[in-house]
Amino acid sequence: MITNNTAIQAETLTKRFGDFTAVDAISFEVKKGEIFGFLGANGAGKTTAMRMLCGLSIPTSGKATVAGFDVYKQTEHIKRSIGYMSQKFSLYEDLTVKENIRFYAGIYGKSDAFIKEKTAFLLKELHLEAEANKLVRSLPLGWKQKLAFSVAIFHEPEIVFLDEPTGGVDPVTRREFWNMIYKAAESGITIFVTTHYMDEAEYCNRVSIMVDGRIDALDTPAQLKRTFEVRSMDEVFLKLARKAKRAAD
Amino acid sequence: MKQFLSFVKKEFHHIGRDKRTLFILLGMPIMQILIFGFALTNEVKNSQIAIFDQSNDLATQTLRSELDASRYFDIAQDLHSYQEIEGAFKKGKIKLAVIFPENFANHLNHFNTAQVQLIADASDPNVANTLTNYATAIIMDYQDRITNNRQLPYTIKTEMRMLYNPQLKGAYSFVPGVMAMVLMLVCTLMTAITIVREKELGTMEIMLVSPMQPFKIVVAKAVPYLLLSVVNITSILLLSVFVLDVPINGSLLLLIFESILYTLTCLAFGLFISTKTDSQQTAMFIALTGMFLPTIMLSGFMFPIENMPLPLRIISNIVPAKWFYYIVKEVMIKGLGIAAVWKETLVLTGMLLFLLVLSIRSFKIRLA
Repeated sequence: MITNNTAIQAETLTKRFGDFTAVDAISFEVKKGEIFGFLGANGAGKTTAMRMLCGLSIPTSGKATVAGFDVYKQTEHIKRSIGYMSQKFSLYEDLTVKENIRFYAGIYGKSDAFIKEKTAFLLKELHLEAEANKLVRSLPLGWKQKLAFSVAIFHEPEIVFLDEPTGGVDPVTRREFWNMIYKAAESGITIFVTTHYMDEAEYCNRVSIMVDGRIDALDTPAQLKRTFEVRSMDEVFLKLARKAKRAAD
Repeated sequence: MKQFLSFVKKEFHHIGRDKRTLFILLGMPIMQILIFGFALTNEVKNSQIAIFDQSNDLATQTLRSELDASRYFDIAQDLHSYQEIEGAFKKGKIKLAVIFPENFANHLNHFNTAQVQLIADASDPNVANTLTNYATAIIMDYQDRITNNRQLPYTIKTEMRMLYNPQLKGAYSFVPGVMAMVLMLVCTLMTAITIVREKELGTMEIMLVSPMQPFKIVVAKAVPYLLLSVVNITSILLLSVFVLDVPINGSLLLLIFESILYTLTCLAFGLFISTKTDSQQTAMFIALTGMFLPTIMLSGFMFPIENMPLPLRIISNIVPAKWFYYIVKEVMIKGLGIAAVWKETLVLTGMLLFLLVLSIRSFKIRLA
């Protein structure tokens, strides 16, 4: 059932490339303001599923809506309602902090007044006022990552997709990064996040685990641990991922 | 529109930050025009020659001073034996040796015929050819003067006129050539690299997830390079008119229109490369071998296409530079109008449309 409270809804969503079924009839629902962990080993089909939800890839069959828009016909509307941050660092190193913010806000068609006001607010929050006119290249990786997240939600999307956002970041910065995610979720943004760190999975409201293109488990971290009779998400993941027949890519 | 403008602005930031590349992009046409104009010339000027005068009479002395006086030759050395000739060539100092036999004037006066030998260094056949032609012309000139008073049974005089380029200046052909080359390099190579760089960085993905249409992304990428090319066209034309004395005989407006058409074709080709490759190295390699080499070899700028074997002549037709080179020569040097180049203009337009359709299609396929 799609309700006003649903951010993402997928029903037997499938993507095939020739004979290969990358995503095999997955069904799930993400509520508004929820932090939804999307887990799976490499090659399990996470990225393909995410690309379909972002409107980058057309599903082979099944149904899905993102922010209430259909992934087949309303991809343009979807793109306006979502933010995206990829595992690759996605700011321009040869542009300044301010120029990066301006650019990304600009391609979402935000007004100058909006950009100006929000940039000032954001720089203050990230304690980056002194670095506003410095090249992004000169910032430490942790700051870049936090900046990239802020840029991804700058245009105030309903949902933000984070594709392994904390790869290569130290534990302290990771913790700070998750504080930002919580803050964004509190302000009503739905978070859809993939990760390989099981401690991060614990931070999510609900977690789904993909194995060989299917969703094999979907529940709160606490409930998952109870179901699989283990103490940590790590063990849950290992129990499921070991069943995988598909080779990781 | 606002999206589009923020994108174009960002591109200018990229270009502006990379001072070294910008310097190369804007400096290259100036460098090339100057190098071709003053250093790499195939005109023969002040070539060093040697003279072996075994006669040393009035006739040989007159010829000698006339050779020396011409702007093509400088007498660098006097030889005194046949053995010295080869040595002089081996040192590489001289390009031509002129040998007068004994009793040159005597033979000329009494038998009405005399021989002079020209020995040229044909390790560079073009230069050797040109030098012997020039020397022969000077000698014939002298002969004409001394036979002026006598009646020869039959004479055919050839009179030559070099149309459009009476001084036979090399600049008339390399200015269009450099234009074709530089615009190609800036547009094809840089567009291909700049789009592929976004793929490598992962920023292309972010862009595709954004509401910005792919078509706009591509156009926004091309705009700065189109502007850079206009700057380059201007600097090449200014240099050729004011420094190299190559006039613009035809309509400047038409010339600029054709240059922009060619620029767009190159941009479209760069775009096409970028949709087919995923790394900057591959893009650069394809742009250089697929476009730059054919531009130099098959545009008619360095080597005349008429002399090539049939397969190469056929292939040269798909090189945009060939058509552009022809158009620029017709418009700029010969001063002809659109009536003379409409066919070539159509060919370029066709190429542009073909490449655009092809790249927009493959851009879409990648998204699916």
